[in-house]
Amino acid sequence: MSDGIMDTPHGEHAHQPATGLRRWLYTTNHKDIGTLYLLFALTMFFTGGAMAMVIRAELFQPGLQLVEPLFFNQMTTVHGLIMVFGAVMPAFTGLANWLIPMMIGAPDMALPRMNNWSFWILPFAFLILLSSLFMEGGGPSSGWTFYAPLSTKYSGNSTALFVFAIHIMGISSIMGAINVIVTIFNLRAPGMDWMRMPLFVWTWLITAFLLIAVMPVLAAAVTMVLTDKYFGTSFFDAAGGGDPVMFQHIFWFFGHPEVYIMILPAFGIVSSIIPTFSRKKLFGYRSMVYATSSIALLSFMVWAHHMFTTGLPVVAELFFMYTTMLIAVPTGVKVFNWVATMWRGSLTFETPMLFAIAFITLFTIGGFSGLMLAMTPADFQYHDTYFVVAHFHYVLVTGAVFSILAAAYYWLPKWTGHRYDERLGQWHFWCSLISVNMLFFPMHFVGLAGMPRRIPDYALQFADFNMFISLGGFAFGLSQLLFVWGVVKCIRGGEQASAQVWEGAEGLEWTLPSPPPYHSFKVPPEIRSDEH
Amino acid sequence: MMCLTGKSVFASEITFNMTRGATAISQQVYDLHMTIFYICCLIGLLVFGAMLWSIVRHRKSRGAKAAQFHESTRIELLWTAIPVLILVAMAVPATSTLLKMEDTSKADLTVLVTGSQWKWHYKYLEHPVEFYSLLATNRKQIKGEQPKGDHYLLEVDQPLVLPVGKKIRFLMTSDDVIHSWWVPAFAVKRDANPGYINESWTRIDKPGTYRGQCAELCGKDHGFMPIVVVAKSAEEFDGWIAKTAGEQAAAKAQQQDLASQTMTLPQAMEIGEKVFLDHCAACHQPAGTGLPGIFPALKGSKVTTMAENRSHHLDLVLHGKSGTAMLGFGKQLSLQEVAAVVTYERNAWGNNTGDVVQAAEVQSILKQDK
Repeated sequence: MSDGIMDTPHGEHAHQPATGLRRWLYTTNHKDIGTLYLLFALTMFFTGGAMAMVIRAELFQPGLQLVEPLFFNQMTTVHGLIMVFGAVMPAFTGLANWLIPMMIGAPDMALPRMNNWSFWILPFAFLILLSSLFMEGGGPSSGWTFYAPLSTKYSGNSTALFVFAIHIMGISSIMGAINVIVTIFNLRAPGMDWMRMPLFVWTWLITAFLLIAVMPVLAAAVTMVLTDKYFGTSFFDAAGGGDPVMFQHIFWFFGHPEVYIMILPAFGIVSSIIPTFSRKKLFGYRSMVYATSSIALLSFMVWAHHMFTTGLPVVAELFFMYTTMLIAVPTGVKVFNWVATMWRGSLTFETPMLFAIAFITLFTIGGFSGLMLAMTPADFQYHDTYFVVAHFHYVLVTGAVFSILAAAYYWLPKWTGHRYDERLGQWHFWCSLISVNMLFFPMHFVGLAGMPRRIPDYALQFADFNMFISLGGFAFGLSQLLFVWGVVKCIRGGEQASAQVWEGAEGLEWTLPSPPPYHSFKVPPEIRSDEH
Repeated sequence: MMCLTGKSVFASEITFNMTRGATAISQQVYDLHMTIFYICCLIGLLVFGAMLWSIVRHRKSRGAKAAQFHESTRIELLWTAIPVLILVAMAVPATSTLLKMEDTSKADLTVLVTGSQWKWHYKYLEHPVEFYSLLATNRKQIKGEQPKGDHYLLEVDQPLVLPVGKKIRFLMTSDDVIHSWWVPAFAVKRDANPGYINESWTRIDKPGTYRGQCAELCGKDHGFMPIVVVAKSAEEFDGWIAKTAGEQAAAKAQQQDLASQTMTLPQAMEIGEKVFLDHCAACHQPAGTGLPGIFPALKGSKVTTMAENRSHHLDLVLHGKSGTAMLGFGKQLSLQEVAAVVTYERNAWGNNTGDVVQAAEVQSILKQDK
């Protein structure tokens, strides 16, 4: 390998990666950093997953069997934080690192040193967060939404560690987002106009803007929690002129765009995979771009739909109900476009396609329950029940996580140069599909029947359903070991993959050999005029 | 399906859907829920149907050749416009129901609902009646040492009693963290925010017992603060409220008498233990050990064992400690109960101070406040 464009400043590993631990610690290479992010996300997925197993084990039967209520609350809280900030978001950043330079014809990310830094502060953030579980009084237990004053006056001292951990995660996300934006704006190969960018690049660009817009809002929220608890301020305390509901406004002004941060890149992934295995161009590329942008803009106008029961004035309830319903329109356009892409294609069903089809179907079910939740009067009944838990797990697990699994299978041959074990992938898919629906589908019914979320024990009429749900949960957890097995097997060897890998795949990353060279494009590729 | 507790669950209690409830509003909410549900099913049928058709018919293994089309402005406009129309159609009934739910005017009766960790307090604003409502399921059932009752976790010591056919306005607030008062049968779920008051209302159609739970995570025992409402006919309600008002007035008068009485140590310990288990043990634990880092221990602590801290101890129980989860119990316990529980805390678990606090001492502290 000869000199790349970006690697002249860092002397001894200009030509090829350093070896051993130093390669990973000092790396400024987008592929190495992408790999680090993805492995970190996988580790966190199992850490957060283990906590979900504790939750489901306690809920297996009515009564308190395994854990105390306070520890149960710590599990639900840290499970949520780990999965959102430790699993889904870093996984998408890992994919962005690996793929964006290869997709736009760049040698690397634009800001490689910052790239290293934004990854390497992340493990420390989670060490801080997880270590709080071993403090006297335990870890944070006021939910991943940490509503004040439960998280301020009524919380333990883990609050301080939790706040600093969130700050570090936020800094990491913002740096990652800046890097994505700078890379996409500056390093596109000549001829790659905006409307020729692959959708994964588009969706990540929009996601990056969302991140920069809302992560500081989260930082403000946690800082106010910190000062309310330790420095005598009263942002969220009525006794000092504050308002606990203001916390929720601030939190959800971050929180709602945040849920789109966790789904827009998934839209990009599915928009890459569906055309490949349909052997047909993506239907409505332009409307996909416009729909993604509309969803991002609308995401700033819907936050109070999380707060219908807090006592909003009726005009606000109406406003947020209407804006929330409106989100169904661009989201619908996306689903229709994917189906239209499959329509009269020439379909094959390799593992990435299976996960992508499952994504479309199950994400749409999550969208339906989202639409139901948007109806304020009905929301009064659904709010804070298992119906909501079912809703957001359909969107985040069968949505975001399934898209990440699809992406892993789709690009693994490119990354490693080996084809993954297709039989194992199919087993993983079918086990996941069945168990995830056993796990989350009955939650709709338990919620409608009246079971509140975040409770360690429940009334007897919910017993049968909860046992079934727990069994689904354990099965889903175990199924993911098949994924690890498949990934390890693929990294260690397997049938050599061609550059193209998939018959119907289009895009610059498929023009590079598998595995691609350490520095992706040393010479900018030429873009054919019909390409996007 | 089976139930592992060994106790049969009544088939009528197993529901798979939202309740129709016991009020006109809850029926409307149910109808709205079903309407949206059916619309979603219809859309789902079309979309998933088209997808399934593709999966079956347009697969490469059947020799399908991919078509070339990849956009159509007309179709894309169409599937943007049609959903908008469906949404407008859904927004109409949702708006009208919401406006009705938010109209709290012209109420016949107002109840102030106050949440605190982890119980509800009800106060009838037109009548001199107020009381706390606590979980009645005992710890042994929760720990699996006793079979669970039919209304496991959904039973209270003193239910809220309401008349049927009257418009009842609820005012919700909280003493500590945010709680949420939810009775599915009334389609009422409203947050109880500390320092603020929220409003809601209901008009119950038929007499009966209606059960609900706190819906907002409010700390350790969030899962253990149920709501039970007993709806009675207007006449029965009038009788009940008159009787309860009389009983509460008598209890207050009796408290004055008790304040002048002297308790022996065993008497105080007996009353104190009961008060402690009902009101204090959730945080400070039945053995007084607290939860390190969250709730302080009372066993062997400076406050409960040192003679010079006796009045400080009383002050903490009466007024709470600001900036912490410790509430003041001055308004919910009688003078005698405060005296007894402080005595208990100063003598139980090997604290053995020998102190006996009398109701008169508590009363003198409260008088100083005024």
